[in-house]
Amino acid sequence: METIKLLIQKNFPNAIVSEAGKLTVAVEPNELRALIQLLYKNEGLPFDYLVYLIGGDEGEKLGVTYLLSSSVDTSAEVIVKTATSDRENPLLYTITDMYETAHLNEREVFAMYGIRFINNPDMRRFLLNDDWVGFPMRKDYNADPALNPISIVSKEMVDIAPRIMETADGLVEETVDIFEKDDYIINIGPQHPSTHGVMHFRTALDGEIVKKIDVHSGYIHRGIERLSENLTYPQILHFTDRLDYLSAGINRHALCMCVEKAASIEVPERAQYIRTIMDELNRISSHLLAWSAQTNDLGATTAFIYGMRERERVLDIFDKTCGGRLIVNNNVIGGTMFDIYPEFQADVKAFIPYMREKLKEYDRFFSHNVIALGRMIKIGNLSKEDAISYAVTGPAGRASGWACDVRKYQPYALYDKVEFKEIIRTEGDSYARYMNRLDEIEESLKIIEQLIDNIPAGDYKAKTKAIIKLPEGEYFQHVEAGKGLFGVYIESRGDKTPYRLKFRSPSMSLVSVMPLICKNEKISDFIGIGGSMDYVIPDIDR
Amino acid sequence: MTQPFELVNFTKWIDSTLQALLPSFWVLVVELLLVGIALLGAYALIAMMLIYIERKITAFFQARIGPNRVGKYGIFQTVADVLKILLKEIIHINRVDKFLFYAAPFFMIIASVLTFGAIPFGVGLQALDFNIGVFFVTAVSSLGIIGVLLAGWSSNNKYSMIGAMRSGAQFVSYELSAGFALMTMVVLTGTMQFSEMIEAQRYCWNIFNGHIPAMVAFFIYLISGHAETNRGPFDLPEAESELTAGYHTEYSGLQFGFYYLAEYLNMFIIAAIAATVFLGGWMPLQISGWDAFNQIMWYIPSYLWFAGKVFVLIFFSLWVRWSFPRLRIDQLLNLEWKYLLPINLINIFIMVLMVLAGFTLTDLFN
Repeated sequence: METIKLLIQKNFPNAIVSEAGKLTVAVEPNELRALIQLLYKNEGLPFDYLVYLIGGDEGEKLGVTYLLSSSVDTSAEVIVKTATSDRENPLLYTITDMYETAHLNEREVFAMYGIRFINNPDMRRFLLNDDWVGFPMRKDYNADPALNPISIVSKEMVDIAPRIMETADGLVEETVDIFEKDDYIINIGPQHPSTHGVMHFRTALDGEIVKKIDVHSGYIHRGIERLSENLTYPQILHFTDRLDYLSAGINRHALCMCVEKAASIEVPERAQYIRTIMDELNRISSHLLAWSAQTNDLGATTAFIYGMRERERVLDIFDKTCGGRLIVNNNVIGGTMFDIYPEFQADVKAFIPYMREKLKEYDRFFSHNVIALGRMIKIGNLSKEDAISYAVTGPAGRASGWACDVRKYQPYALYDKVEFKEIIRTEGDSYARYMNRLDEIEESLKIIEQLIDNIPAGDYKAKTKAIIKLPEGEYFQHVEAGKGLFGVYIESRGDKTPYRLKFRSPSMSLVSVMPLICKNEKISDFIGIGGSMDYVIPDIDR
Repeated sequence: MTQPFELVNFTKWIDSTLQALLPSFWVLVVELLLVGIALLGAYALIAMMLIYIERKITAFFQARIGPNRVGKYGIFQTVADVLKILLKEIIHINRVDKFLFYAAPFFMIIASVLTFGAIPFGVGLQALDFNIGVFFVTAVSSLGIIGVLLAGWSSNNKYSMIGAMRSGAQFVSYELSAGFALMTMVVLTGTMQFSEMIEAQRYCWNIFNGHIPAMVAFFIYLISGHAETNRGPFDLPEAESELTAGYHTEYSGLQFGFYYLAEYLNMFIIAAIAATVFLGGWMPLQISGWDAFNQIMWYIPSYLWFAGKVFVLIFFSLWVRWSFPRLRIDQLLNLEWKYLLPINLINIFIMVLMVLAGFTLTDLFN
């Protein structure tokens, strides 16, 4: 990282480089693209993976923070910051040409902060309606309901996107049509059995073949990040479970760790064990649901119910531990809310061989079925380059050959003490993603096996102050959730509430890549690919 | 052979009583009415039983319990469901092609009832017994597709349209295979009349009599029959996870009920025809020369034999349905046009040669 620092200082003498925690570089907007390009093309350690794109309101200025990482070594991270003082018409340059994942993120920043990105090919608001008044994440946002009344009139979809392009004559505002004139467009979603939530894909069809997909989201956007700015950290915890509800406990673990790290709270060993075991159980339940939903998307209802049957066993363990089944309210700042119940170890140990048996059954029943193979092999191909560019992490990213398991490369809790294999496949098709999940269930079982007998005695929760204030600074925490890298970013100004809080959702990347990998596939395969990507919508509509 | 439990004794009694009371023209009218009512009643009853059976068997496959609230073991569940669907409001959709939209379900149900009438349920229990029975069945059963296409077209719904188009392609393709498979057996028996076909299978079912080509034809018929009924791995027209409910998305109440009933009955019809053409129909198990044994077999009435054979086939169909994921439209058409159809054509040719050369089992062993 020292060489990176020197490289930046040599090429950008005006940049403000600081190294409190992660390497942070602040530059003027006009130098931003050049800096990122330099990092992007860096020999040996290219920063080609955009983990976060965070909009921010610093009072005078509106800024964007980028956390760049490298696909070669995901533990190498550089934070790039820029800000513009024009609050009326803030403009920044896009980085969509380098990082495809920036596209939806920039559109979200536009909706929330009003920053428009020059050369972004489609500058519609993401998550919000085009006619929304105000920018909700700005500190001076007027939340008067009269400004944005609830409309009961059905609005026509407008498939025209505004954008700002840089030409030889300067900046030009223009509009572009998303679809061609005679396209046969169907709305897959927001109410559709296989969009796995309130997702809306406007899809242009040529017969049965998908020509183009336009992603709409935000039907269940709750403004969690904005709400969090007025809540204390223990209060915010409850939101994390409502993001990716299938990895509820893992998400919550991320926020807890972020706060603990910032407030220097030592978590007892026993709590670490409980958290890790619960995380892995949570991953198993998430993968089981993903497996079930995928088989159901392919039309195999029986397999769906089999997956649900096994998931029920995990949920029963959650239920007995803390009372929650889907929303596992177990992690709290400093440890866990409850100690494990007396038969916890016995229950988990009974579950492991049971689950192994059932994995074999899945293998016999579905994994080699000739129709299933025909519906998955070489369908929805995602190359490694695209996976990185779209920041597709988790089982889907690893199915494209990208080693991106946070548990391996930025270990947290007890993951540096246990042995497990990172499941990587290189085919990048639906079948690789499908098999990855089943194999990861097995790896999770192995992790649990190593921990379950060694839970140390002691406290399950550290004593924390009644009011937790974080020292000034920026804090990041990544975890490996069921669907990929889930991240928490907290900017604290020393208060009991965060100044800015951002959740990095893996599902947004998974959805953003759908238009690419579904192009020219059949409409049935579009559904099947959606199942193999396994996105959860509340995770996007934060 | 005495046949003590056959319903034909009862129908003959009705006939003779009517003959004694009425002039022959009115006897005919009354009997036609009675047959019509009996058929419709059987149609509804069998559909209800099938729905219950399907739900219970499916539950068994899927590690569930199934209906168990209405009546003992939930046996009255479907009765309640039928009552519900009769009472349900028919929601009128504004922007549909009204005439076609309301006409479509009738095509479906009429095609299904017409085919139903030609099925031999037991000794003397066959309403229509043509000398071209097999032809008639294939012809009228394909009328149903008109109902599906009309529904998809008139619904003014893009999902319904895709479902209907899939259904059209699927039905036309697989009707071909089903037809050829039946023709293979017509070659073997030399008749198209169901009653004669059954009589010809008295001592040796067609599937054994024609051995290898007959078994191939049977297998192809089951696959294509399955595809024609839009079930199992071939349920593309209403692929729930893709098209919500496909061509009948916009229908509600009894109109939806028509599609639902017809779907179940078509499953029954396909199984019934397969049982009749390949497995000896209602004919009890008979072994040439074993008169005492044959007599015992006749004590089990023919309609029960028929029901048993049909049930086995339906169970098989459910087993397939709940085990396999769904095919994609191009895979579905590939299967038909690149595999089933060529195999079928060669198969029918082999069957002709075999019959001419006298290689059927009855030829070989008599």
